[in-house]
Amino acid sequence: MDIVVCLKMVPDTSETEVRVDSSGKDILKVRLIYTTNEADNYALESALLLKEKSGGTITLITVGEPKSDEILRMGLAKGADRAIRLTDSLFEKGDAWVTAKALYYAISQIKYDLILTGCIATDDGYSQIGPTLAALLNIPSAAYVNKIEVVDNFKLRVDRELEGGILEKKEIPLPALLTIQTGINTPRYPSIIGIKKAAAKPIEVWDAKKLNIDPNSFESLVELEKMYHPIVESKAEFITGSEDEISAKLTDIIKEKVGL
Amino acid sequence: MNKDMSLSSIAVLIEHREKQIKDISYEMLTLAHKIAKIQGLEITSIILSDNCQSIADTIKSYCHNIICVEDKLLEHFNTQLYLPILSDIIVKTHPLLTMIGHTGFGTDLAPYLAGSLSMPLITDIFDLEISPEKLLVRRSMYGGKVTAEFISKKRPAMVTVRSGSFEKVFALSSAIPNLSANIQKLSFTIDPTIPEKFKFLGYGEVPTTGIDITKADIIVAVGRGIKEQKNLAMIENFANDIGATIACTRPIIDAGWLPKDRQVGSSGKTVKPKLYIALGISGAFQHISGMKNSETIIAVNKDPEAPIFSVAHYGVVGDLLKIVPLLATKIKELKS
Ligand SMILES: Cc1cc2nc3c(=O)[nH]c(=O)nc-3n(C[C@H](O)[C@H](O)[C@H](O)COP(=O)(O)OP(=O)(O)OC[C@H]3O[C@@H](n4cnc5c(N)ncnc54)[C@H](O)[C@@H]3O)c2cc1C
Ligand SMILES: Nc1ncnc2c1ncn2[C@@H]1O[C@H](COP(=O)(O)O)[C@@H](O)[C@H]1O
Repeated sequence: MDIVVCLKMVPDTSETEVRVDSSGKDILKVRLIYTTNEADNYALESALLLKEKSGGTITLITVGEPKSDEILRMGLAKGADRAIRLTDSLFEKGDAWVTAKALYYAISQIKYDLILTGCIATDDGYSQIGPTLAALLNIPSAAYVNKIEVVDNFKLRVDRELEGGILEKKEIPLPALLTIQTGINTPRYPSIIGIKKAAAKPIEVWDAKKLNIDPNSFESLVELEKMYHPIVESKAEFITGSEDEISAKLTDIIKEKVGL
Repeated sequence: MNKDMSLSSIAVLIEHREKQIKDISYEMLTLAHKIAKIQGLEITSIILSDNCQSIADTIKSYCHNIICVEDKLLEHFNTQLYLPILSDIIVKTHPLLTMIGHTGFGTDLAPYLAGSLSMPLITDIFDLEISPEKLLVRRSMYGGKVTAEFISKKRPAMVTVRSGSFEKVFALSSAIPNLSANIQKLSFTIDPTIPEKFKFLGYGEVPTTGIDITKADIIVAVGRGIKEQKNLAMIENFANDIGATIACTRPIIDAGWLPKDRQVGSSGKTVKPKLYIALGISGAFQHISGMKNSETIIAVNKDPEAPIFSVAHYGVVGDLLKIVPLLATKIKELKS
């Protein structure tokens, strides 16, 4: 099976301060550490497992700046065969529609049976690009997939995650696009040999011209107008002091609320 | 379509599963009323089901129009069945705005539907304003650390609405004029090969290990802040001492450190214990929605900006790996 995996490089903001920059339309990016989007690691692992089972190829594709080569290299080191980075001023700061369209133009030039994306990017949180890309390619999609089973090489049986841990089980014929939910597998680490081999592999860089894109047909449909810090109506009483004092106060609170 | 609703209506896709109308449908109707009133728009509910009448009867006093497509093939939600029908309805009735829930169903359907119609879509919104000049929404980014305002550059547009962002419409009935929707049944010939190719195989559930966190009076919940699996032992110790049940965030489940039935949040369980102690949990929307109604919430997090503090009653900005062992010792002392 020939598989395309869409990877996005995102800043890890789970433990860092996030500040809006002076444009009011973006966050301050200095000092942030960038990694592969969480769900995309699981998507890549799904591809690697399918390839190990039934052969085929894995092509990685990202829309991003040169520094995104890092996540492509990581994917190559884990066992992907080919890596493509799409880059053009037309794609920069694009909305989900623009990113999906860039991916659409590129993937239209690649042979594939299956496309895997993450279910959500942790930075913008759209949950949108996968199915939008499938609509552009006119292939079916299933979102939030947490189990894949290949049946007779031409269709998939998937579990899709709904609210409260309920699953929707369904079949979907190939070619198809799945957006992969975290937890579907255990993403591997690349081996040392893999990392060495990947360093020698080329990363193809494609721009709008190479993709025959008409710049006039490439406009965002939605626009980010403004970003700000949410007004937190915190009702929390903050407990301060030394760690010893804090634990003493917490003990009192626990005792008061639930007895001991 | 006999009624021309060109850009003068708001369409709401009514979500239901196993004969139950989902809360998100009522919440979207509330949002629809909020904007419809100001702009003099009409609200059109769309129902796709094998039995539309009972759903239509339930919601008919909350909207102006109901469009029903009834077919036994529509018993269960199925994106591939919904797509051609909804495209057709949207193209023919031309609503100014289409609302779909940002749910397991909606996130599968809406981006595909909007994409195939080249229609602007803004996902996971929790607020929306429409004026003749502007269609503006608010949504979270960066795990809730930033709020962003987006505008749609074109109309018609589509949004997916975050669960729990609005009250349910019947809670506001006093503010809503007495409506009785004009119900319109549309016939639509479904391609019979679709349900064969995209066969619905049933709903599944998470396997349980016997512990029901929804029954616990005291919960100690851990997040990625515990850093390593081996730190769980220390937390379990502490939990035992105060008679608490251990629960966690999704990444802990994904890492395989705890079984799936311990997960709190939108894709896990909703809990309401007397005391919820959140350790190293950032407080993502999907987690908070499962625990925010706990009677007392204590949160320990080293990041003072962590959104968990917005729902906590007591907050500690600090290192849980230092505080929890001290706390455990104090509790032990007190008990002996
Ligand atoms: C469709 C969907 C459904 C989801 N469903 C759920 C769900 O049901 N439940 C759920 O929980 N999540 C769910 N998620 C994931 C959710 O979006 C978050 O990614 C997740 O809740 C984050 O978990 P966390 O707080 O453990 O990790 P992080 O966000 O990484 O936070 C870790 C926190 O630990 C703090 N920390 C680090 N070290 C220490 C220390 N030594 N002492 C104190 N604090 C420390 C950090 O400051 C940080 O705030 C869902 C996501 C999607 C897309
Ligand atoms: N710039 C990008 N390049 C490649 N793939 C992307 C990009 N942005 C998003 N994706 C893919 O689309 C998925 C969902 O992203 P989003 O719709 O932004 O939440 C991600 O998990 C990626 O697999």
